[in-house]
Amino acid sequence: MADIHALALRHHFATPAQQKDASTLGMWVFLVTEIMFFGGLFSGYVVYRSLFPGVFAAASHHLDITLGALNTAVLICSSLTMALAVRSAQLGARRLLVGFLSSTLLLGSVFLVIKSIEWWHKYTEGHIPGPWFRWEQAGAGNAQIFFSLYFSLTGLHALHMVIGVGLLAVLAIRAWRGRFSSAYYTPVDLTGLYWHFVDIVWIFLFPLLYLIGRHEV
Amino acid sequence: MYKITPEIRERSHYLNIAYGLRSWLLTTDHKRIGLLYLGTITLFFFLGGLFAVLIRLELLTPQGDLLQPETYNKMFTLHGIVMIFFFLIPAIPTTIGNFVLPMMLGAKDLAFPKLNLLSWYIFLTGGLFTLVVTLIGGVDTGWTFYTPYSTTYSNTYVILTGLGVFITGFSSILTGLNFIVTVHRMRAPGLGWFRLPLFVWAHYATSVIMVLGTPVLAVTVLLLALERAFRIGIFDPQLGGDPVLFQHLFWFYSHPAVYIMILPAMGVVSEVVSVFSKKNIFGYQLIAFSSVAIAVFGFLVWAHHMFVSGQSVYSAMIFSLLSYSVAIPSGIKVFNWTATLYKGSISYRTPMLYALGFIGLFTLGGLTGLFLAALGVDVHVHDTYFIVAHFHYIMVGGVVMGYFAALHYWWPKISGRMYPEGWGRLAALIVFIGFNLTFFPQFILGYLGMPRRYHAYPEEFQVLNVMSSAGASILAVGYLLPLVYFLWSARYGPVAERNPWGATTLEWQTPSPPPTENFEITPVVTHPPYVYSPKETVTVG
Amino acid sequence: MEHVESKRVYLLVFAALLALTAVTTGVAFLDLGPLNTIVALAIAVAKAAVVVLFFMHLRHSGRMTKVVLLAGIFWLALLIALTLGDYFTRGWLKAA
Repeated sequence: MADIHALALRHHFATPAQQKDASTLGMWVFLVTEIMFFGGLFSGYVVYRSLFPGVFAAASHHLDITLGALNTAVLICSSLTMALAVRSAQLGARRLLVGFLSSTLLLGSVFLVIKSIEWWHKYTEGHIPGPWFRWEQAGAGNAQIFFSLYFSLTGLHALHMVIGVGLLAVLAIRAWRGRFSSAYYTPVDLTGLYWHFVDIVWIFLFPLLYLIGRHEV
Repeated sequence: MYKITPEIRERSHYLNIAYGLRSWLLTTDHKRIGLLYLGTITLFFFLGGLFAVLIRLELLTPQGDLLQPETYNKMFTLHGIVMIFFFLIPAIPTTIGNFVLPMMLGAKDLAFPKLNLLSWYIFLTGGLFTLVVTLIGGVDTGWTFYTPYSTTYSNTYVILTGLGVFITGFSSILTGLNFIVTVHRMRAPGLGWFRLPLFVWAHYATSVIMVLGTPVLAVTVLLLALERAFRIGIFDPQLGGDPVLFQHLFWFYSHPAVYIMILPAMGVVSEVVSVFSKKNIFGYQLIAFSSVAIAVFGFLVWAHHMFVSGQSVYSAMIFSLLSYSVAIPSGIKVFNWTATLYKGSISYRTPMLYALGFIGLFTLGGLTGLFLAALGVDVHVHDTYFIVAHFHYIMVGGVVMGYFAALHYWWPKISGRMYPEGWGRLAALIVFIGFNLTFFPQFILGYLGMPRRYHAYPEEFQVLNVMSSAGASILAVGYLLPLVYFLWSARYGPVAERNPWGATTLEWQTPSPPPTENFEITPVVTHPPYVYSPKETVTVG
Repeated sequence: MEHVESKRVYLLVFAALLALTAVTTGVAFLDLGPLNTIVALAIAVAKAAVVVLFFMHLRHSGRMTKVVLLAGIFWLALLIALTLGDYFTRGWLKAA
């Protein structure tokens, strides 16, 4: 309906197209800041993995590869549902939109539950960095650095997931109330970009954290 | 006093369109937000200045007799933190940039006005938080927070101060994001990239740095906090970590940060030099490209802060070479400004005085930067007052002068009033004299070997230190004068016309002060930004 | 009206992502020496690329968007490369 997007047009923009264009560009610029934010941690990871590859491999073996792979699959599914949600919004299909947003939200929550289980395992094994860290093999200091990076990276990622889940909840409610149409669905689009970015971070985290030197048992 | 004419009383503009605290605290008008920032920035400037006063008082005598050593450490740390994160980095972009950028583009506002207001609230939150931490004890690590002192040995509020800086960083990121999208998507019809004022190019380049660099600082501060709180090992040699990694991550942002500070000031100088020479800027495209070049090259030189920290010699050599290259675009700008002045019809109004001061002092500061890029020289003067003098020539002789040039130049547009020109010129002179007296002796002190961050020094350095402190007191007067006369002029100054300087950039097409939506009708641009010389042909398209 | 991607394309991308995840997990258990890391990263980059191109519509986005993304990736590479440069060359010169 023309009314919805006319109402949504802010006074300083000339056309809805300009507004959407600007918003999309803004979100991409924001994602670049996120690349650099995670990037600082990735640099630390690259430096230390190159300095002590053996200990990193040994520490990596203590991560549960099944749960990690499962979580990767969960996030990939959520990316599919998110993409389909945006598509539904583009087509003005309200019920589908709500359905896909809710599915994405659900899958994101599943991810967080599995992550919590993994962290609990780390806690029981004494692999949380700090004065209470336990490591029986050689290179305890270096192993602690691995787990520091593991928790920093997955922790920061999980924080982004929580924010994403929050955004999806708000979106789902707004979608249910009919706030979006094929003429105006920018918040859905932008949240989609954010969600896919968080998925991509995990796409890199999985091999870098879980799959180091797995051929050596 | 000056009569309030009926036209002024009747015309509505952004200042009188609404009254009351809510209309200011909930505004989304970029002009009002610029003023909100102006208020907060001014407060932090004087707070940072207060710490400087205490430092210079202590250094009047060779003994450490005014402050406890630990307190002195906190003074220079807080002076650095407040001045860098809460004044120098935000000053020009958030006050003048916010106010003028949309108007220069012919736009009604920035791309994301509500995000703009959020940026200010984040800045305020981070700033107030850091202020509170300062009051309960502050931090003594130096503004650079080097490990392992900051993570393991300091007994001050490192994590909390870090949190204040972390929060404030997001203000910077959001402002940069807003500017980038605005410049890309909100230009008036006909306003191609090469018709943009150089002020806009400068802020665009600055915004790119803000967006790419600040997140790395954020994550570095986060790691610092985790290391200090939980001893996770990432910077701890006992666990195989490397303290120098902290420095790599820290300077990856903090070196480009100095270009965040200087680029907007350079943008101001480009505008002012052109207007007050009544001459088109010389080498417009070169200046535009060199702004972008500074932003890019600025990211390639960070480890020149780490020549004596233990990085590999080969790494040091590469960073030394790259550091020479970053001086080239800056040099290009200085040449172009000078060429603009040549045979110009120069008017020595206050903005021009500050701009001229900038050109001279920034050149000195920049040249001494080249000395420091040489590994051999740097090993000798690192962590001495030579470094302190070098960066103050750029930060104070450069950035602060650029900021004051901007305040005076755009004051008529912002307030609808003229500042008193006589007082303006006097203050500029006092600032120039005070500045050089404060900081030139420091080059000599550093070369002679006086270390920085020390509260006591050998007897033979006292004369130069006293000169420096005397200069600082003069400088303080120079900075207080504008505070007084700007406030005075807002109420009693002569009413300013639409375009008192005869400038040709778009913001001067609006009334002084402008209406909330800037332009009744979006302008269509058909000429370059600077059209001063009637002899020069204006190329079409 | 913006380009609406077909369900078929999305499902193909989805299948590719799952397949690549299985591949990267399986290959991790083979001993390829230094190639293990390279293959793992290559697969991750491939997965990221399809997410960016198809799910994030970069294929149909303007040039500016592509420039912005490339700049981000380039800058991260800069941070990592120059920092690593220090660590890799530390052992080259022994103190006299």
